[in-house]
Amino acid sequence: MGVDLWYALVGAVIIALSVFAFISARHLMKKLLAFNMMGSGVFLIMVGLPQHQHGVDAVPQALVLTGIVVAVSATALALVILRRYVRSGGDPAP
Amino acid sequence: MIRVLGAALAAIITLLGLTLALWFAPATQVNLPQQVELNIDASGIAHPITAVLLNFRSYDTLLEVAVVLVAVVAGLALRERGPRVTPHERSADPMLQALTRRLLPLLVLTGVYVLWAGSYAPGGAFQAGALVAAAGVLARLAGYDIASRVDRLLRLGLALGFILFLTVAVSAMFGGRPFLNYPDEWAGSLIFLIEAVLTFSIGLTLLSLFVHAPGDASPQGGGDYGR
Repeated sequence: MGVDLWYALVGAVIIALSVFAFISARHLMKKLLAFNMMGSGVFLIMVGLPQHQHGVDAVPQALVLTGIVVAVSATALALVILRRYVRSGGDPAP
Repeated sequence: MIRVLGAALAAIITLLGLTLALWFAPATQVNLPQQVELNIDASGIAHPITAVLLNFRSYDTLLEVAVVLVAVVAGLALRERGPRVTPHERSADPMLQALTRRLLPLLVLTGVYVLWAGSYAPGGAFQAGALVAAAGVLARLAGYDIASRVDRLLRLGLALGFILFLTVAVSAMFGGRPFLNYPDEWAGSLIFLIEAVLTFSIGLTLLSLFVHAPGDASPQGGGDYGR
């Protein structure tokens, strides 16, 4: 088993753990964190797996860089929505 | 309890499915690193990741900038009316003030360096934008309220990166070239111009998502599992 597959398997474990946390958690903040972790697992697979045939691949790395920026701004937007929801009287842990 | 069991089941199924998919992953037909290597001279940029990001796959990057812009517009639409609770103009903590005053120029300088380095080494617009945003957040936490002083400029700055990128992309079509195809001799400088403006816009975007978030609320969340 090469390093590339090891990275990808660690990514798969991270995704599985965050699926567990996403479903089992009640608090919306924890759900958001779990969703973010799931994204990190996907990025780890995307960067780690393509290394095994032709060496370091710039294309998935650029795609992951794009993905990280989108994930950061989507998380920030979700946090804004969450805080607004709580301030207008919503229960963050329904 | 049922919820936890169901979650565990879903997690195990996900893990099994992903492991199988990874184990039996088909071999790639195209040698992408070689393709990048062969075409990098035509891209106008020496570093492969930046070349992929802003030349070979610039359509992705354009749409990404659009997504980030939509996120910040939605975030600004959700901000609260009325007097915002603004912190004191200067933080009372002398330690924080001194640290901020020394760190801020350093952060901005590092941001500019990372932007410049993007053409030949790891770096580029997004990393530099994150540094600029970090500088803004630090200034905000220390009590320097930059963002709300220049509100109108901020809104222009948010859209500037996307506008410039789209202008460059479309103006290629006037010369009979395809969408997002840079002229060969200008490719390097056009990419650097786009990157510089994107750095500014992304930094402002992340900063304004932080600054305009609704204020703190009384904690209402309870325990998670013990219900």
